[in-house]
Amino acid sequence: MTIARHAPHAVPRPAFDVDEVRRDFPLLQTTARGKPLVYLDNAATSQKPHSVIARTERYYAAENANVHRGVYQLSEHATAAYEDAREKARGFLNAASAREIVFVRGTTEAINLVASSFGHTALQAGDEVLITAMEHHSNIVPWQLICAERGAVLRVAPMNSKGELLMDEFARLLGPRTKLVAVAHVSNSLGTINPVAEIVRLSHAEGAAVLVDGAQAAPHGPVDVRALGVDFYTVSGHKMFGPTGIGLLYGTSARLEALPPYQGGGDMIKTVTFAKTTYAEPPAKFEAGTPNIAGAVGLGAAIDYLRGLDWDAVRAHERDLLSYATGRLGALPEVTLVGTAAHKASVVSFTVRGVHAHDVGTIVDQEGVAIRTGHHCTQPVMDFFGVPATARASFAFYNTRADVDALVSAVQKVTRVFAA
Amino acid sequence: MTDLSDLFQQIIVEHNHSPRNFKKLVHPTREADGANPLCGDEIKLEVELAGDRIADIGFQGSGCAISQASASLLTGAVQGKSTAEAQELFRQVHAMLTSAPGTPLDTAKLGKLAALAGVRQFPVRVKCASLPWHTLRAALESAAEPVTTE
Repeated sequence: MTIARHAPHAVPRPAFDVDEVRRDFPLLQTTARGKPLVYLDNAATSQKPHSVIARTERYYAAENANVHRGVYQLSEHATAAYEDAREKARGFLNAASAREIVFVRGTTEAINLVASSFGHTALQAGDEVLITAMEHHSNIVPWQLICAERGAVLRVAPMNSKGELLMDEFARLLGPRTKLVAVAHVSNSLGTINPVAEIVRLSHAEGAAVLVDGAQAAPHGPVDVRALGVDFYTVSGHKMFGPTGIGLLYGTSARLEALPPYQGGGDMIKTVTFAKTTYAEPPAKFEAGTPNIAGAVGLGAAIDYLRGLDWDAVRAHERDLLSYATGRLGALPEVTLVGTAAHKASVVSFTVRGVHAHDVGTIVDQEGVAIRTGHHCTQPVMDFFGVPATARASFAFYNTRADVDALVSAVQKVTRVFAA
Repeated sequence: MTDLSDLFQQIIVEHNHSPRNFKKLVHPTREADGANPLCGDEIKLEVELAGDRIADIGFQGSGCAISQASASLLTGAVQGKSTAEAQELFRQVHAMLTSAPGTPLDTAKLGKLAALAGVRQFPVRVKCASLPWHTLRAALESAAEPVTTE
């Protein structure tokens, strides 16, 4: 018996059991149009595990009070829960200090914050901001607004027909006038993973700060902002299995200390007189007004959930979903894949010959399959590929090969409907 | 339970595939643009009035099958009609598209346009079917602003 006890298990427990994980997500147990829901719109928003829902409920049921204000016990508890979530976020992004984590509404607000505060101090007439051809509108429009205001120039690094950033062109567009580079870690409409560390190295060599839009990267695993070397990194809680209306702006201590406040109000001040106001240190300086406390606490629970996963196994599972979906959809003669970068997250954009993406979306919806159709807030990407819109299936770790099969069957139905 | 075959009736699929009056007019007297920027449907409608009668009508644009088929069916339905008759047709189609699913419909006067009735089961697609009709009304009323149904 001694030997048996020390022998390896005959059947090792799988490091990642997708069926077990799916049971953690109540919405995945529901139906759509009378069929089991096949949720493939994770790049738009992700579903929430029980633990996040329960944690948010517990906050409101037992801990709700305003933070950083009350001297009573309940406020102490709420403040502790809020700051505990900040520490969890620090760990997830591997920031050096929790003071480098600012709670915001989401990536859009984080980018607007940096565009405004950085732009108003660091951008002069003739200075340049460099973005890429695959950015989400939220990483284009805030820069257009601030560049117009400051007389700065917005430059756009091009991509190739696979949706890969042209690094030679990117390097050529960098120069002494480039004050900031803003780039998606992962493209939401193409799935391309950009070489962030290389982008940071080239940009810093020219003295430019780098903001990375991590909205589509964080759902695919913990991020190491220090290894990437970024100045700013942004994430949205709802895309990483947390609540809506909460997100993170990471900024290095040096960068955040140099930035002026974004909004004025309570909680962001040190002293206020009618003559002069002094500001709190980061991150409080950027958190004017009562924050989304429940959202932050819920995001903390989402991070706890994600930290409990075996990411080597999860990444292998997501790679399998991507290659399986790419192979099966790509094998359909009427389907054209849009975005075929060598280095991709589990996002598959496609068009169906002769059928508008919205008609594809409506037909697959009848089979219980939820995908995104449209321009995905990346109209310049659609223009580049010469399509008005695409259909997009975006996978999370809780998706399965069976989900891909359901999508492929539904897409085949599109062809039958339009052949009628 | 919604039924796809109600939405994508053969006549819709056929008009999307081979739209009627997809053309630019030589002598338009009225025109209007319609666009639903969130979904990307675009239509340009041109009308040639002879007195009060629609002597010719053409559309150009791109978008989903519902918007394109609706525009194609529209051009066939209002050709030769007076502006008052076309406005009445707009009211009937609009009433049909926005009526609650399951309520009785009088489609006797609508002819081929009755094929659009299935759209009312798909609330998010009503704006696609109605865009060409709002654009027509804008053209007849010489509205300067582009039309949207989003």
